[in-house]
Amino acid sequence: MNTVHDMGGMDGFGPIQREADEPVFHADWERRMFALSFGIAVSVQTDDDHFRREVESIPPVTYLKSSYYELWYRACQAILARHGVLDAGKPLGLVPALTAAQVGPMIEGGASTRMPAEGIAARFTVGDAVVARNMNPTGHTRLPRYARGKRGVIRANRGVFSFADSKARGDGPAPQHLYTVAFTAAVLWGHEGRTGQTKICLDLWDAYLDPA
Amino acid sequence: MAKQPHGHHHAPHDHAEGSALPEIVTRVRALEDLLVEKGIVDRAALDRIAETYETAIGPRNGARVVARAWSDPAYKQRLLSDATAAIAELGYRGLQGENMVVVENTPDVHNMIVCTLCSCYPWPVLGLPPVWYKSAPYRSRSVKDPRGVLAEFGVTLPAETELCVWDSTAEIRYMVLPMRPASAAGRNEAELAALVTRDGMIGTALL
Repeated sequence: MNTVHDMGGMDGFGPIQREADEPVFHADWERRMFALSFGIAVSVQTDDDHFRREVESIPPVTYLKSSYYELWYRACQAILARHGVLDAGKPLGLVPALTAAQVGPMIEGGASTRMPAEGIAARFTVGDAVVARNMNPTGHTRLPRYARGKRGVIRANRGVFSFADSKARGDGPAPQHLYTVAFTAAVLWGHEGRTGQTKICLDLWDAYLDPA
Repeated sequence: MAKQPHGHHHAPHDHAEGSALPEIVTRVRALEDLLVEKGIVDRAALDRIAETYETAIGPRNGARVVARAWSDPAYKQRLLSDATAAIAELGYRGLQGENMVVVENTPDVHNMIVCTLCSCYPWPVLGLPPVWYKSAPYRSRSVKDPRGVLAEFGVTLPAETELCVWDSTAEIRYMVLPMRPASAAGRNEAELAALVTRDGMIGTALL
């Protein structure tokens, strides 16, 4: 989805605003919203890919005007609406609410998207020259615009993972190899990138790449 | 989204109808009440989640990892070859740290991490990210003008130092292993951990 969340390389946002001794949350509602998103993810059984898709679907003007946890509020509302949770009556098919005793194990257990590698061939090996595809899907993708069509080198194979684009569409995990691909700043940014030796490394799935 | 055209200074009559709270505050409260009523979330669990990230999970965890790596060459090797397992040796694991990679700063290479698409960050070792990390200025500029970004943080790298920016676009979460500062000589592991800053582990500060 080509919208404002894909910010890499944009100009005009101004200097970085830092805050000394920043608290973890700036208001109680942020703290509640953060925790609510966990509870919703467990009960509705959604995942990060769906959550990110909803954040990216927020209209660009609203996205830029909203604080971080306001975006989370809107994304959670969208997920709840999609699952009919906001409708009158008790929704069916939800997992029981997470209990306080389950919180620690849930956080420690994580939610890895790594999948078995058996039978899934790697198309590339470290050192291979690749080109990131020039693709512009209207759905969720993790290939930023600034790398599309650009030539890089495979720096590492991170193993097999479920594929965010497919999962966010509801088309299943489509497991495939995930690579770290190194691009030079000059390739990505032309003349403006020629300031010293600079590389930008992105983690890209097999389906984003072609041999160079 | 929060409609507060008059900033923080409210005339008394603004409170008369009980509507002086920012809209987002009342909306989140209403959402929580609704989800509790429907049995989708449990308030005690919500408290536990927030408290965990306020008290137990934060950059002091990462600092302990760095201090161990500075003190124990064998641990450092394990950290650089299988960061997830090495970090778990110290008890840190889980959400947003399931697949970790640690990148080492050296005199020749400086690393920094960003997530241009959202806010990916290695929670088990660094906690939740600061606002600036999630902000448009950092996300937009870190990949195009990383040396300019570092300059805003007061970091100037030698021209010959390679800069490597890790854009966390997928399932890997990165942490920077900063160079051990000269002031580290003769210190024990706990003292070393006190020298390690969050920004040093993001790569926007030198120690």
